[in-house]
Amino acid sequence: MKEQVVIEVQDLVKWYPVKVGILQKVAGYVKAVDGVSFSIKRSETLGLVGESGCGKTTTARCMLRLTEPTKGRIFFEGKDIMKFDRESMRKLRPRMQVIFQDPYSSLNPRLTVKEIIGEALTFHGIARGRELEDRVGELLKMVGLSPQHIKRFPHEFSGGQRQRIGIARALATNPDLIVCDEPVSALDVSIQSQILNLLEDLQERLGVSYLFIAHGLNVVKHISHRVGVMYLGKLVEIADSEEIYKNPLHPYTQALISAIPIPDPKRKREKILLEGDVPSPINPPEGCRFWTRCRYVMDICRHEEPELLESAPGHKVACHLYKC
Amino acid sequence: MAGYIVRRLIMALPVLVGVSLITFILLNVVPGDPVLEMMGKHVDPLTLEKVREQLGLNDPLYVQFGRFLFNALRGDLGKSFKTGQPVTQMIMDTFPTTVKLALSSAFVAIVLGITVGIISAVKQYSFFDHAAMITALAGISAPIFWVAVVAQLVFGLQLKWLPISGYSSPKHMILPAVVLGIRFAASIARYTRSAFLEVIRQDFIRTARAKGLAERAVIFGHALKNAMIPVVTIIGMQISGLLTGSLLTETIFAIPGLGRLSIWALSNRDFPLVQGIVLFTAVVFVIGNLIVDISYAFLDPRVRLQ
Repeated sequence: MKEQVVIEVQDLVKWYPVKVGILQKVAGYVKAVDGVSFSIKRSETLGLVGESGCGKTTTARCMLRLTEPTKGRIFFEGKDIMKFDRESMRKLRPRMQVIFQDPYSSLNPRLTVKEIIGEALTFHGIARGRELEDRVGELLKMVGLSPQHIKRFPHEFSGGQRQRIGIARALATNPDLIVCDEPVSALDVSIQSQILNLLEDLQERLGVSYLFIAHGLNVVKHISHRVGVMYLGKLVEIADSEEIYKNPLHPYTQALISAIPIPDPKRKREKILLEGDVPSPINPPEGCRFWTRCRYVMDICRHEEPELLESAPGHKVACHLYKC
Repeated sequence: MAGYIVRRLIMALPVLVGVSLITFILLNVVPGDPVLEMMGKHVDPLTLEKVREQLGLNDPLYVQFGRFLFNALRGDLGKSFKTGQPVTQMIMDTFPTTVKLALSSAFVAIVLGITVGIISAVKQYSFFDHAAMITALAGISAPIFWVAVVAQLVFGLQLKWLPISGYSSPKHMILPAVVLGIRFAASIARYTRSAFLEVIRQDFIRTARAKGLAERAVIFGHALKNAMIPVVTIIGMQISGLLTGSLLTETIFAIPGLGRLSIWALSNRDFPLVQGIVLFTAVVFVIGNLIVDISYAFLDPRVRLQ
């Protein structure tokens, strides 16, 4: 079972110092990610949801060490990559890739499709010349584009096509893990499902694992095997996809699920409206971070932080309601 | 491409006529008599009148301007009132010197400016960044005649490393090229830094890092080329400016270039020479801007010249 795990994150922390004054004194920290742990198995998709600013993207970037975490351990196939130096990290990079949200800024406007997709292959000495061209053509076909597009520039493509190029690029080095950072949020709804289906097909064929970030549960539902919910830098609930939709435990998850529109005008569902804004991550509330907006708030919530505990097999939640 | 260049040059014609017209009007409005300036104050009025007639200064203004345009189209910018030499020849005699100064200071400016700009951006908010940006701000703000005089004092008089002024050896070029170059290096550095910062925050730079490329490949391969577009605009405009002569630097260092010729022409009210220099300047700018626009097409595949 253990060797099936592709990546494991333990107690990941990323604090950004807030500096003030001429002397740049550190006045506090933005606790973007504050002790997040999870693991992803081979061929598995872990969905990560939460509002803007809750630390999903920072978690993902820290996991890839594109942003240096403040604390925590990251195991890629059992090896602690936090101990890797620059050079070993660089050599590992082809095995963990990323697809970004904005298909416009994520492709270098000055490079051709061939250069964008093939660069990592040339750089790591995987393919060159004729072989490179064939591989790029093959990747384009895989994501549903024509190999004839190889000489074109990004601006000649639509948003959906550009995202396909981004996916082909991520796949180029045969990665074991791809972080998909809201890959469909910037696309039209009709294109969204095409891209989601493409990602699913590719997973079936190639056995790649995904960390799939989205801010709404409806997108994640379609594609994830397991789903983690984040609030203000913390993982508040994590469970199998089916389970979390049928039986959401954390009041925040419940609110998120009640916000998914049902495509049936006759069916009505109680909408849980969250009041107020997300508190500042510089000074998160003491105790449970959600208590300021929680409808079940109890005394204990205001001063004791709940741990992420297993309430049913494979279903973990951080809430005082389910402690006993 | 050839069609684009021809079209742009034709579009430039009204600009050149406009510039000439404005110069012509200004020259005729400002007080001062070119003939008096030329002949000295103690000439009898009859001779003055005769010279005026000869130079065509008694004709109506529109006739004078029409004559200037007609001759200019044939490449004849008239003769200097003061020396009697053809204006074109005077410009062409001094232009190579100015080109030499322009290119050497542009070299200083580009190498220094881009290097400092990149390091500042990559190490944003570091000590180097702060120090470089404060120096750059000082470089832009300090008047060039002051910098030039200080440089002459320090490197010429105190240290005796370099000649103070004149134009007889390559060594004479160093001080003016550096003084002029540093000023432009300062603005190039600031532009490079801000363009670079904008680019390195884009996702494709993260993508490049995620690909496992070496940092050098990320900075020079991905970031630099994308950041160069605004910088090229600035460099292009500055080189055009340098090519038409730096009035102060050339005067302070006694370099016989176009800049010093302009000052001389103005102070002597040498109308044809001033007209000719202004027109020449305008032509240099038009061509400079055209070259910048063409270079965009090479820097950015999204730009098509039409």
